[in-house]
Amino acid sequence: MAEQHTMLSLRGLTRRFGGLTAVDAIDLDLAKGELVSIIGPNGAGKTTLFNLVTGLDRPDAGQVSFEGQDITGFSPERLAGQGIARTFQLGRVFGNLSVMDNVLIGAHTRLRAVKPAVPVIGPLLELGLALLRPSSVRDEEARLREEVKTILARFGERLLPRIDQPAYSLSYANRRRVEIARALALRPRLLLLDEPTAGMNPTETAEMQALVAELKAEGLTILLIEHKLEMVMRLSDRVIVMDEGKKIAEGPGEQVRVDPKVIEAYLGHGLSGTAEQESAA
Amino acid sequence: MSSWLDYTINGLIVGNVYALVAVGLALIFGVSRLINFAQGSIYLVGAYIGWVAVVQLHTPLPLTIIVVAVAAALVGLIIERFGLRPLQNSVRIAPLLATIGISFVLDQLVMLTFSPNPRALPSQLPDVRFQVGGGTIGPLDLLIAGVGLTSALLLFVFLRYSKLGWAVRAASQDRDAAMQMGVDVNRVNQAVFGIAAALGGVSGMLVGMYYNQIDTAMSLQATLKGVVAEVVGGAGNVPGAVIGSLLLGLVESYGVAVFGTSYRNLFAFLLLVVVLVLRPNGLFASARQAPPEPLTGTFIAPSRPVPIPRWALLAAAAIFAILPLFPVSFYVLQTLINAWLLGMLALSLTLVAGTIGQVSLGHAALLAIGAYTSALLSLTFSAPVGLAIIGGGLMSAALGTALISPSFRLRGHYVSIATLAIGEIVSLVILNWESVTRGPIGISGIPPLSLFGYELISPTSIYWFSFVVMVTLALLQGRLLSSHLGRSFRAIRDDDIAARAYGLSLNRYKSLAFIFGGFAAGISGGIAAHLYSYINHETFNTQQSILALTVVILGGLGNVVGAIVGAVALVGLPEMFRIAAEYRILIYGIVLLLLVRFRPQGLLGTM
Repeated sequence: MAEQHTMLSLRGLTRRFGGLTAVDAIDLDLAKGELVSIIGPNGAGKTTLFNLVTGLDRPDAGQVSFEGQDITGFSPERLAGQGIARTFQLGRVFGNLSVMDNVLIGAHTRLRAVKPAVPVIGPLLELGLALLRPSSVRDEEARLREEVKTILARFGERLLPRIDQPAYSLSYANRRRVEIARALALRPRLLLLDEPTAGMNPTETAEMQALVAELKAEGLTILLIEHKLEMVMRLSDRVIVMDEGKKIAEGPGEQVRVDPKVIEAYLGHGLSGTAEQESAA
Repeated sequence: MSSWLDYTINGLIVGNVYALVAVGLALIFGVSRLINFAQGSIYLVGAYIGWVAVVQLHTPLPLTIIVVAVAAALVGLIIERFGLRPLQNSVRIAPLLATIGISFVLDQLVMLTFSPNPRALPSQLPDVRFQVGGGTIGPLDLLIAGVGLTSALLLFVFLRYSKLGWAVRAASQDRDAAMQMGVDVNRVNQAVFGIAAALGGVSGMLVGMYYNQIDTAMSLQATLKGVVAEVVGGAGNVPGAVIGSLLLGLVESYGVAVFGTSYRNLFAFLLLVVVLVLRPNGLFASARQAPPEPLTGTFIAPSRPVPIPRWALLAAAAIFAILPLFPVSFYVLQTLINAWLLGMLALSLTLVAGTIGQVSLGHAALLAIGAYTSALLSLTFSAPVGLAIIGGGLMSAALGTALISPSFRLRGHYVSIATLAIGEIVSLVILNWESVTRGPIGISGIPPLSLFGYELISPTSIYWFSFVVMVTLALLQGRLLSSHLGRSFRAIRDDDIAARAYGLSLNRYKSLAFIFGGFAAGISGGIAAHLYSYINHETFNTQQSILALTVVILGGLGNVVGAIVGAVALVGLPEMFRIAAEYRILIYGIVLLLLVRFRPQGLLGTM
C-alpha cells in the first residue's frame, strides 16, 4: 500500500463551531483505487469532514491535498472541476429537474463545446453558444444524454423508466440513486459517498452495496460514510473510526471492530470498563 | 461645531424610530426566518390610527400611544393568523410573497380610506427646545427616546422573565426542538407578530409627529429602513437591530449634513449593500457560522408545467398578430400594447425570479436604465430609435447585472431585500445625477418610435412592433431554457449547494441570467420611453416591480408562456371590467395573496 500513489491526504484537519471542535486534527491518506470507510456515532464529525474536503466548509487549521496539490480552501466548484464528486447525507437532488437533467448537471464540468475556456468573455460566449447551438454543441449534448442513459442502466430498472420524471416525484431511495448517478456523470477521480444506503430496505441496501463494490472494482477511489457495519466490513480496505471529532481508530475492519476505544464510543462511556475487560479477555 | 451635536442628536432620535421597526423585524425573523415586508405597512397604519386619534378623537398623548399600539398589534395578529399561518408548511418563497402582497393590500386600503395626500399629525407636545451642550433638544425627541428605551426594557423583561418570552427565545434558537419540547409555536408567532406590530405602529405615529406629516409613501421607506437596520445588526439579532438602527440613523444624519437631504436614502441603501457584501450575517455575527442545514424543501413549489400543444401557441400568436386587421378599437390595441410591454418585463423577471430563483423586487430599475439610455442616446447623440432601444437593452443588461452582482452570494429573502435596495439606489441616482439624467425635471421630447427611418405613430404599427419584439424575446428565452443553461439555472434555484458541488459557479450563471433578463427589461423600458415621450425618476417605480412579480407568479415561475398570459390577464381584465385605477394595485395585491395560498405554481405551472 505504502508505495501506491496517494490520492487524497489530510493533515491536522480541524474545524471548530463555537466551543465545539467538530473535526479535531484529522490525518488521513487515501491511495488510488482504495475504498476507505469512515464510521462513528452520530455527531462524530463525519459529514463536516466531507464538507471540508469538498470545499463547502473551510477548515480552521490543517491541510487537504489532492494528487499532491494543496487544495485547502478551494471552492466547491473548483474541486468539482478537479474530479471530486460527492453525495449528500440527506439527499440533495434538484427537485424540479427531471432525472435526466439531474444527472446531466453531474456532467457539467465536462462540458467543452458550449463552455469555451476563454477568459473574460467566456461566459458571454457560453450564452451565445447556448442560443445558437452549432453542431458541436448539439453533438456534445447528445453524447452526454446517451452517457446518462448508460449510467442510469447501472441501477437496473429503478431509474430508466423514470428518466423524464421530476426528481421530487421519486421515492427516497431513488433520489439517493439519482445522486449517485449524478456523481458518476462527473467521471470522478475521487468519490465521497455520505450514507448512500440511509433509509433503504435490505434489498435496496444489497443492490447499493453491489454497485459500490462494482465501482471499486473499476478502480474508483472512494471515501464512504456508512452506518451499516456489515456493508462497511465487506467493502472497505480500511476503516477509520471517528468520535467527537477525533480519529480514535484506523485499520482493517476486523481489527477496528474489536478495538476497545471503538466499542466505548459506540456503547457509551459508562460501559467502557466492561468493554476493556472483555477485549482483554 | 454645535450643529454636529444637533446632527448627532437627530441621528440618534431617527435611529430610535428605526429601532422600533427593526426590533419587530428581528423578532419575527428569529422565530420564523421570515423578513416581514409588511412591517412598513403596519407602521403606516399606526401613523394613520394616530392621526384619527389625535385629530378626530382628540385623545391625550398617553392614550393615543396605547390606542395605536393596541390597534397595530391587532393588525399584526390578523396578518399572522390569516396571511401567514396557512402557509406554514408551504415552500419557502410563499411567506415572502405573502408579506409583499399583504403590504400592498394594507397600503392601498390606507390610501383609499385617507387619500394619498399628506396630512399633518400634530405632536400634542409643547413646542420648546432645551439647550444641551451646543445643541438643542425638544420634548418630542425626549418622548421618542423614552418610548424607545421603555420598549427595549419591556421587551427585555418579557423575553427574559415571562414564560412566553422564554418560548420565543427557544423557538428562535431551534424551532423544531422547541416544538418537540411542547412549545406552542403558533402562540409564539402570535406574540411576536403582535409585539412587532405594536412597536411598528407606535414608531409610525412618532415619526408622523416628528415631521408633522404623514403620507402613504411612508410604508415602503419604513420597511426598507427597518430591514437595513436589522440586516446591519444581523438578521434575527434583537440587540443587534437596535445598534444597527442607531448606526443607520447616524450615518443618514451625517450624510445629510455633508451632502444634503436628497442623499439621505442613498446612504441607507449603500450601507445595506456594503454590509450584505462584506458581512452578510450582520456586523455582530461571529465571523463564520455553522454551515446551513441541508434544505429539504425546495424554494419554489414543485410542479410540472401545464403542457400546451404547439398548434395552440401558434394559433394564439396568429390571432394576436392579425388582430389589428379587424375593426378593433384604439383602446383595445392600447391595452394590448401595455400588455406586451409588461410581458417583456415579466419574461425578464420570470427568468430571474422563476428560473434561477432570485426574487427581484427592484426589477423596475432595469426598465429605468433601458428607458434613460435609449432616451438619451436618441436625444443627445441623435441615434436612430431602433438602435437606441437596443442600446438601452444592452446597457440594462450590463449595468443591471453589475449593480445586482453584490447580491449573488445571498439567498432567498436577502436577495429580495438587496434588489429592492438596488432598485431604490438606481432611482435615487437618477434623481441626483442631474448633469446626465436632468434630475427631478425628467426627460421630455423623446422622439417617437421609428424603424429604418419610418416613424411608428399609428396604434397598429406600435402594436405590431411591440408584439414582434416580445415574441422574439420569448422565443429566445424558450431556446435558452432548453439549453444546458436552462437546466443549470434551475439547478441553482433548486439547490445552490449541490449545484456548486457539481461545478456550477453561482456568479457566472446568475450573471448570465441577469444579462439576458436585463436585456429584455431594458428593451421594454426603451420602447416605453419612446411611447411616453416623457420619463422621470418615478416613471418606473416599485409598483411596477410588484405588478411584474404578480404576473410572474400568476403565469407560473419560470414559465415563458405563463409570463405573457399573466401580463395579458393582469392588464386586460381590469380594463375589461372597467375597474378604477386606484383599485387596481389593491386587486394585484389580493391576486398575489390568493395565488400564494391556493395555486402557488401559478396558472401554467412552474418550469
